[in-house]
Formats: sequence, C-alpha cells, structure tokens
Amino acid sequence: MNMAKIHLNMITQRSIEEGAAMEQGKTNPNYFIACTVCEMNPEDMKKAGIWKNTNVKVTSECGTVIVKAIEPTQYCPPGLAHIRQGVWANQVVPPRTQSTGTPQYSGFPVTIESAPSERIKTALELVQGAVGLWQGGKI
Amino acid sequence: MPKLIKGVGCPYCGSSCDDIEVLVSDDETKILEVHNACIIGTNLFHHANDPTRPRLPRRRQPDGSMKEIPYDEAIDYMAKTMLAAKKPLVYGFGSTNCEGMSAVARIAEKSGAVLDNCATICHGPSFLAIFDNGYPSCTLGEAKNRADVVVFWGCNPMHAHPRHTSRYSIFPRGYFTQKGQMQRTVLCVDPRETDTAKLADHHLMLDQGHDYELFDAFRTVLRGFEIPDVVAGIPKETIKKSVEIMKNAKFCMIFFGMGCTHTDGRNHNIDAAISLTRDLNTHTKASIMAMRGHYNIAGPGQVWAWQFGFPYCIDLSKGTHAHMNPGETSSVDLAMRDEVDCFVNVGADAGAHFPIQPVQHLKKHPFITVDPNFNMASEISDLHIPVRIAGVDEPGVVYRMDNVPIQFRAVIKGLPGVPSDEELFNKVYERMCELTKTEPIWLAAKEDRRYPESEAVI
Repeated sequence: MNMAKIHLNMITQRSIEEGAAMEQGKTNPNYFIACTVCEMNPEDMKKAGIWKNTNVKVTSECGTVIVKAIEPTQYCPPGLAHIRQGVWANQVVPPRTQSTGTPQYSGFPVTIESAPSERIKTALELVQGAVGLWQGGKI
Repeated sequence: MPKLIKGVGCPYCGSSCDDIEVLVSDDETKILEVHNACIIGTNLFHHANDPTRPRLPRRRQPDGSMKEIPYDEAIDYMAKTMLAAKKPLVYGFGSTNCEGMSAVARIAEKSGAVLDNCATICHGPSFLAIFDNGYPSCTLGEAKNRADVVVFWGCNPMHAHPRHTSRYSIFPRGYFTQKGQMQRTVLCVDPRETDTAKLADHHLMLDQGHDYELFDAFRTVLRGFEIPDVVAGIPKETIKKSVEIMKNAKFCMIFFGMGCTHTDGRNHNIDAAISLTRDLNTHTKASIMAMRGHYNIAGPGQVWAWQFGFPYCIDLSKGTHAHMNPGETSSVDLAMRDEVDCFVNVGADAGAHFPIQPVQHLKKHPFITVDPNFNMASEISDLHIPVRIAGVDEPGVVYRMDNVPIQFRAVIKGLPGVPSDEELFNKVYERMCELTKTEPIWLAAKEDRRYPESEAVI
C-alpha cells in the first residue's frame, strides 16, 4: 500500500448537514455521519494513495483525528481540504488567535494520510477522552 | 384540536425568520408540524419534543457518573463556586434571549467574572474592525428592497443561513427590486465552489486566506490605479469587471462571514471590507453586513454594551470597572493561559466548538453548563442545569443579524419545574447576595422583570 502523505490547507466551516444533525442532538448518529468527513479533491486523494470513502488520519500542529475522506460535496480545489465544523474538526483546529480571541478555524496546514484500518471515534469519546472522563460504553 | 400558531420566530440562525407556523397539540406540550422553516429550524422545533430532555440538574459524582439533584442545590453550588473562584469565565449566549443575557450580567458582576459570548470565536474580529473603522450598515429590509448587487464574501448562506437568500438577499421582490432575482447581480467570493457560489452570477474563487489582498485590489481598482495581473489567484480582468459591477449598482450590499474572520488577517480583512464599502459610497450607495451565526448572537452585543459599554470579552474581575481587550480577556486566550478558575457555559457548546486544547485547560477547574439539552459541554461538566428553550417554550427579545429586535414567542408549555435562563440567574443572584450578606440590586428596564411571575423554580 502507498503510505504517501499529503500536505494540505485545511478549512473547517458550516454545512447544512451538520446544522440539521446538530439540532437533533450531538449524540445522534446523524451528527456523526455529517461531521466525520474530510472533503478533498480527487487529485489530492490520488497523490496520497487515499481511496474515496475510506478513513484517513488528519494531523495538524496541535492534534490528530480520524475521519473519512470523501469527494467534495461543494467543489474544493486541489491543495484545500474541508472538515465540517464540529467535534472532529476541533481536534485539529489550532487555538492560536492572532490576539483577537478567534482561533484559526480556517487556513491551517495539515498532513493527511491513508488510515483504512483506524476507527472513527464518537463525539463523546473524543471530548470526554480529552478530559479523562471517557469510560467506554456507548460507541 | 391541534392549534396552528402563526408568526413564530425561529431560534436557529442569524436570519431570525419570523414567519414560521407551528402546529402544536391540544394541550400545548407537543410540536406536531413546523411550516416555512428550513430543515435546521424544523429539526430544532421537533427536538424540543424529545422525551429524554433533562428535567433536573445533574451533578458529577466522584466515580464520574452524573446524578440528578434538586434545583435549589444546583443554584447553591453555582453561587458558591462562582463566588469562590478568583476569576470565573461566563461564556456562551448564542442561543438564549436578551432577558437571560441581562440577568447573567448581575451574577457576573457579583462574582467578578469575565463575560464573553460566542462572537469571541465567530464575529469577534468584525467587532474589532467596526471599532476601528465604523459600520456603514443597514437593515435586511433595505437589502431586500434596494440592493441590486449582492456580494457574499467568505460566507455560505445556502448552508449556514438557509432562508437568507429567499427572505432578504437574492430572491425576494422588494419595493425597488420588483423583479427579484432577475434584477439582482450576485457575486460570491469563496475558495470553494459552495452552493452559494453556484447561485451567483460571478464566482471569484480566490486562494484561501488571501482576502485582504483581494479587498485591497478592489479598492485600488476603484480608486483608478493599476494592479498586478493576478491577485489572490484572481485575474486582473475579473477584478476590474467585478468592481465595475459594484460601482454601477444602484445599491451594492456586501455580506461577509466566517471566511474572513476565521482565517489569517482576522479583523484586518473586515477593516478592508468596510473601507471598500466606504469607497463605493463615493460612486453609488453601498452597505455592509456581518452574517451573524445565531438568531440572537447580536443580542449580547447590544445588552452588554448598554450595561458595561462593551459587547464581548468583558473583564469584570477588577470590581470597579469593566475592561475589554480581546487577545487578553477573550475566552480561548484566557483558557490557554490558564487564567480562569471556573467556567460557566450558557446556551452554547464550548465542548464541541472550542478547539480541544482550551477545553482541556478549562476542565482543570469547576465546569458548569446551563443548557436545555445534552451536549458535549454538559457531558464533561461538574454540573449541568437544564433550562427552557428560548423561542420554543420561553418567549423573549432577540436581535437579528442586522440588530433589529424581534419579540419571539413560546409555542409550547415549558417542562414543569424547569426555569428559564432569566429565572435561574436571578435565583443564583439572590443566593449570591445571601451568601455575601448584601442587598440585591434589581435595576431593570422593565419593572415586571424584578421578580419573574413564573413559579417554575420552587
């Protein structure tokens, strides 16, 4: 298997799928489905040896997250990747604010590599896990 | 017989649609149908029916589990924890009414807290630019009735404000825009071909993060100077053509969003956008508006500016005067520097929407969530206090994205025993006064707000 990595510019923004699922509750399966995707250009997928609809590991300067690589639902040019705003995106969003209070939600460098055997964690597992409260259970 | 309630406000996005119709059950406890709303609003109203909605506060136990406790105990814990903290941080208010925002200010002042709202991770940079450069804005009604050129810069209303384009910006027929969409030229500036960009007549697909250069190029062309052949990935000719369209408009409306405030440049991008609007006004009429995210996120900006003189990042820990300095007194920066020792999350979800590092820092100290539903913040909290849902089972004043106040109504009866934000914060304030042996000061704009009539909290 090609273990190439690709360096992309990441943005994390709203999508209606995310908004609609969020209002059903953040532990709702629809929220998981809506937010655990990384949209990237097919050209970039090819370069990194990533099959569409398989899991990838996204690494930024401050964290990593496993999500599913998909072809963009809204066209993304090569070089740009998009994870929908939410729990998964915020595992890799740098908290630096340029002294304005607003973190770098858009426009930060990430490395994306194929990780087909890795599991995508649930929202609760990620957030409770980050603060030492995750006790297993609801997956 | 189910009742159809008309003229209901939608408590989701900044469009604050007030033409929703909701069909409720005979006993006014269930929402049966939602008409006119977008999918997000529809889901929001239906979610209020969720039988698992929390009805009692929950306190975290030593083994990590949550246990239901009475409201009195929760109020006592919240009052004592906030008073004991040297510098509590009260954050949120994306989804509550102005009455709640006003009431929370009393407990923030009493406990010497930092008071911040969701704008801090959203349109905070826009505030900074507005302080520096002014805000030549208008209401959405003016945009609907006058704008014949509409620019969406770094915003995607088809996803974030689904009914914005049909109610205000692209499709509606207004007084001077009777042909609706046929009469409007729509420009979209976005690094992706978003669904809004697909609607636009011209899509400028700029290089991500180069908004400032592009705004500057627009201004340079407008002032009659030459620009390089390509700026921010956009060819000179396209920029010139776009400027011509904006210049020849009868009324040019610029909407900007997170694409400008979340990326490099932050407030400087908005600064340039405001300057561009000012420059355009030497040729025609032009106006600019921030695409505020939530139905009442303009509310804390209004309410707290009356109370303390600042819209967000308000440090009240000095005890003598309010102090605001984003970067220093903003939630994420305070958390990253470990400068707060208690966190209160109200009507927002810091657990899901802050980057994870500040959440880890905040969790080192007491963590309280006030929210009608379970969310990521509530699931890591030491205390979760449920309240009524503003705009669904609690009425109140909200400020739309253009700072127009709208009275929202309640469509169903609240869960028995569950207070509104305002009632809860008033009780906490009273408890704080008891604990500190001081007299409560009830300075309120409305006399009937002194002691809310509802006996929900017993």
